[in-house]
Amino acid sequence: MRFIFKTDYGQDIKLAKHAGHVFWYGALMLALLAAPWLVAEYWLAQLTFVMIYAIAGLGLMLLAGFTGLFSLGHAAFLGVGAYTQAVLTNAGLPFPIALACAAGLSAAVGLVVGLPALRVKGIYLGMATLSFGFIVEEVFARWESVTGGNAGIHIKVPDMFGWRLASGESFYFLCLLITVAATLAILNLLRSPTGRAFVAIRDSEISAQSMGIHLARYKTLSFALSAALAGIAGALYAHKLQFISPDQFNILQSIDLLLMIVIGGVGSVHGAFLGAIFLISMPQVIALSKDHLPAAIGQAPGLQAAVYGIVLIAFVLFEPLGLYGRWLKVRTYFQLFPFYRKGLFKRQKSFQKSDRLK
Amino acid sequence: MSEILLSAKDLSVRFGGVLAVNKVSFDVKEGEVFTLIGPNGAGKTTVFNLISRIYTPTSGEIEYRGEKLTAQPPHKIAALGIARTFQNIELFEHATVLHNLLIGRHTHRQTGLLHDLFFTTKAREAELQAREKAEQVIDFLDLQHHRDSMVAGLPYGVRKVVELARALCTEPRLLLLDEPSSGLNVEETSDMAFWIQDIQHELGITVLMVEHDMSLVSRVSDRVLAMNQGEVLAVGTPREVQTDPGVIEAYLGSVDEVSSLRRAA
Repeated sequence: MRFIFKTDYGQDIKLAKHAGHVFWYGALMLALLAAPWLVAEYWLAQLTFVMIYAIAGLGLMLLAGFTGLFSLGHAAFLGVGAYTQAVLTNAGLPFPIALACAAGLSAAVGLVVGLPALRVKGIYLGMATLSFGFIVEEVFARWESVTGGNAGIHIKVPDMFGWRLASGESFYFLCLLITVAATLAILNLLRSPTGRAFVAIRDSEISAQSMGIHLARYKTLSFALSAALAGIAGALYAHKLQFISPDQFNILQSIDLLLMIVIGGVGSVHGAFLGAIFLISMPQVIALSKDHLPAAIGQAPGLQAAVYGIVLIAFVLFEPLGLYGRWLKVRTYFQLFPFYRKGLFKRQKSFQKSDRLK
Repeated sequence: MSEILLSAKDLSVRFGGVLAVNKVSFDVKEGEVFTLIGPNGAGKTTVFNLISRIYTPTSGEIEYRGEKLTAQPPHKIAALGIARTFQNIELFEHATVLHNLLIGRHTHRQTGLLHDLFFTTKAREAELQAREKAEQVIDFLDLQHHRDSMVAGLPYGVRKVVELARALCTEPRLLLLDEPSSGLNVEETSDMAFWIQDIQHELGITVLMVEHDMSLVSRVSDRVLAMNQGEVLAVGTPREVQTDPGVIEAYLGSVDEVSSLRRAA
């Protein structure tokens, strides 16, 4: 059991609260930096995908987990970023400028989509964003002069002012850098007034407003930031796959993103990463286990969708706080050993409004 | 105790066919504790919601320090120095007590999005200042034990205090308390009474409250306004209002009604 002796207000602001944080996150960082020399090319590519999805997940987490607005059309922002990146890179713009444009355009679209969020809530917002996703997918398919229509579009290798990131390793490091930057930005946001305003809106709009929080401004801001992160992820996604087409940004992708943060754990930054790991590793696990299953199950079409569905239902029922919530429980078990009680994390039914975030 | 801080003039609000507040006028003087009393459905909370701009009056005007409050959007009210608590506690449940208090510092924020994203030195200093102010309120209301607890796990009485603390964090000039003692036991109510007096005398904050507990009302209030069915019945010191025949009638029924009941029995 660790007791932190607090002597300074600055301690509560620090990102690393104690030496354990410094050690473990440092070790993780070292492992990630050494990964290109430690793991095979294929696994490095998977790791890159985890980071790309984690960036998009961070964006959706900010929106759904911290501001309490959920989006069923988040793949559209991913797509806006990806197509902007593809078009601008193919036009010869260097990577950083194209990336900034991708994030910027995505944020601008997010701002517009955020406007209905000022009026509608819950399931209705879900429907509004869902239809927005369909519209954007349709735009990608029909605006052939720019997007290449359903035939898709190839994207050139990222170019950093003459330095070409052709290899998997160099692109991996680029993704790592952007992931770390995005994570730090989100963590900074959450320990400052802007992030607190988001959380306030999530928990009680009426009292957020009476504390002086401009609901419209912060809701649209949350949408814009979330879309910008999705746009960045989309741009990296486009580079990673080197080919994009409208069907990569359809409703299924949106659902994958939402599934990712729910399984990872809504309302935690860790959740975005755990969810991304889940989302990327699950198809591998299913593919590996296919051979060991009876043919009737292993070769059945739609096996992956069924497994995802079952896992999601299981999480919603048994672990609403997702993988991160599970990890907290395991960690607490060991910290308190042997004094962990079974009901320690049991939610108190208080018949107040505490059930808003579930 | 002379200057008028807030004045309502012929305030009316209509929801469909219901006239919830009907031509209510009152003045709250700087530095006093002014209480609204009345039976359920009298329109007390509606008056509060009009002041905090959750509702817009159908007619009439609210003036705060000579300015028209009805011209302000709801999120500007806190910045003008008006803070409120809610009858059914509206805290940020999935955040710690400290976090809630820091959200109360929102109107005093000094940094924009960019400072926050990079957590610059300026943002860091602003955070430390906000914490300092929050700690003063924690000291004032004895919340040290609950500083890092999640609100969702706190007992009702403590939540009530946390909500008061959050309102104080905005450094208001006028504090609106919607039934501060509801759901509190006798001891907690007595604490609440002391705090309201401290808020008035030590912090110099004007308090406008809605309250049902008459012992608390007469203990802390300088003036009381009694309402019934959206209309003002009486204004005056607690004693004056309590002995006002109209008020007694609203609460207990008229002498005629009582005697008619007696005859029937």
